[in-house]
Amino acid sequence: MTDIHTIGDYQTANTLETFGFMPKMSQDEVYAQIAYIIAQGWTPAIEHEHPSRAFDHYWTMWKLPFFGETDMGRVMQEVDACRAAYPDHHIRLLGYDNYTQSQGSAFVVYEGRR
Amino acid sequence: MAVKTYDAGVKEYRDMYWTPDYVPLDTDLLACFKVTGQPEVPREEVAAAVAAESSTGTWSTVWSELLTDLEYYKGRAYRIEDVPGDPESFYAFVAYPIDLFEEGSVVNVLTSLVGNVFGFKALKHLRLEDIRFPIAYIKTCGGPPAGIQVERDRLNKYGRPMLGATIKPKLGLSAKNYGRAVYECLRGGLDMTKDDENVNSQPFMRWRDRFEFVGEAIQKAEQETGERKGHYLNVTAATPEEMYKRAEFAKEVGSPILMHDFLTGGFTANTGLANWCRENGMLLHIHRAMHAVIDRHPKHGIHFRVLAKCLRLSGGDHLHTGTVVGKLEGDRASTLGFVDQLRESFVPEDRSRGVFFDQDWGSLPGVFAVASGGIHVWHMPALVTIFGDDSMLQFGGGTQGHPWGNAAGAAANRVALEASVKARNEGREIEKEARDILTEAAKSSPELAIAMETWKEIKFEFETVDKLDVA
Repeated sequence: MTDIHTIGDYQTANTLETFGFMPKMSQDEVYAQIAYIIAQGWTPAIEHEHPSRAFDHYWTMWKLPFFGETDMGRVMQEVDACRAAYPDHHIRLLGYDNYTQSQGSAFVVYEGRR
Repeated sequence: MAVKTYDAGVKEYRDMYWTPDYVPLDTDLLACFKVTGQPEVPREEVAAAVAAESSTGTWSTVWSELLTDLEYYKGRAYRIEDVPGDPESFYAFVAYPIDLFEEGSVVNVLTSLVGNVFGFKALKHLRLEDIRFPIAYIKTCGGPPAGIQVERDRLNKYGRPMLGATIKPKLGLSAKNYGRAVYECLRGGLDMTKDDENVNSQPFMRWRDRFEFVGEAIQKAEQETGERKGHYLNVTAATPEEMYKRAEFAKEVGSPILMHDFLTGGFTANTGLANWCRENGMLLHIHRAMHAVIDRHPKHGIHFRVLAKCLRLSGGDHLHTGTVVGKLEGDRASTLGFVDQLRESFVPEDRSRGVFFDQDWGSLPGVFAVASGGIHVWHMPALVTIFGDDSMLQFGGGTQGHPWGNAAGAAANRVALEASVKARNEGREIEKEARDILTEAAKSSPELAIAMETWKEIKFEFETVDKLDVA
């Protein structure tokens, strides 16, 4: 039986698409997703953007996609370097899938201050 | 050249249409029929009759046949096979020359292949199991207006299935209340919502009012969530003129996607609307009302894999495929067989999935498989496993039946989906570990915890009526 006093107030969240409803990932959890991208044969890449422009299709690329990179640690180092350079930006990790000409994975690793 | 003479009367079909030595051409359109003939008619004669009646033949020889080259135009029954576990029926394979069909017209193909022949008295039952469309024919069809890759880019949805819901109650809401239900679902975490197929433009909610309120709901949800949203505005209508009028207005209110019922609306309307969507940058969601009338009987009608192939040629960006696990009919292997036909660029013959031919789709864009009907959070890990990322999972009752309402229900589904995808990427066997994965995710989502409690007892375990043929 639904009781008005037990119903929660669901507040709209600003969620940034895939994994936007998951708790903030630990370092190990991020590593696992990078491992998945590499294991699929996708190319890891990083994008970043100020939260005020997060809705745009294009975010700024961090360097170029890491073609042929199979070392998770180096991808993570680039995430950290991007974060150090743009501490107030959202940082998104993605995996380019050249077979489907799409992104097999894309999610925000760090959220900038809003 | 052989001398031809006119010999009036009735001939046996097999004299002309049973050609067991024929090697099909790459340009032939091939069909596999499951045939149940009247007893005592030889299989070859029945198979030949099917080939004849679905191509150039009629019951009596006519003089004007001699004015053309029927050897070039005729359909040929070229193979007969037993149906495993069914002594009464057999498979007949027929090859049709490509010039029997107008380019870019699944309407014309179906009118021949499933026309008069299905009422033929020499047959008890007839079922069209599969068609191999030659790549030469596929290149004449427009196909999906956008396709999977373009839709993902437009909507910024990557690395996971999309989430949707059909707005309920399906009939009777006013336009403003309906838009409220849409807004609540979208702000809670669904990517899109859907008009019920029954919703067109009834007295309780005329289409124009619905489109305006839903348009506002989409814009507001996008602004508040930062995510891209949509609602399939159903433009299925009594006439093509009315359909296009509604499509124009849907574009005007800012929805990225329309909806059409391809079987009740018909392939002509569907193909026209798909072309309109391609020219206007709109996505097209396809519902399949009436399909079970055509495809459910195991011995008569048209298998859904054929209807799915025809839809990919006619055009649509999403197509309902059943859920395997929910309230509606659908065998797992068979469902995966036609899901492949929607999404892949090449599908090899695989009898274990009911696929009778290699099918080369060339560059035709892929169609999202839509799973909808009686599914809830507990099904999520299985759905992600069965349908993979290129799917649209729709939880109508499973969103709006949440004790806290649509937004919390949407969030519960979104958390369950993302937890399943994340766990899959981590290498876990999510179907087996479903309980653990969901329980863990619910720790940080009271919405999911309540959804799991609400639907823990609901299962739909009935035997499938239309099964794959196995001994």
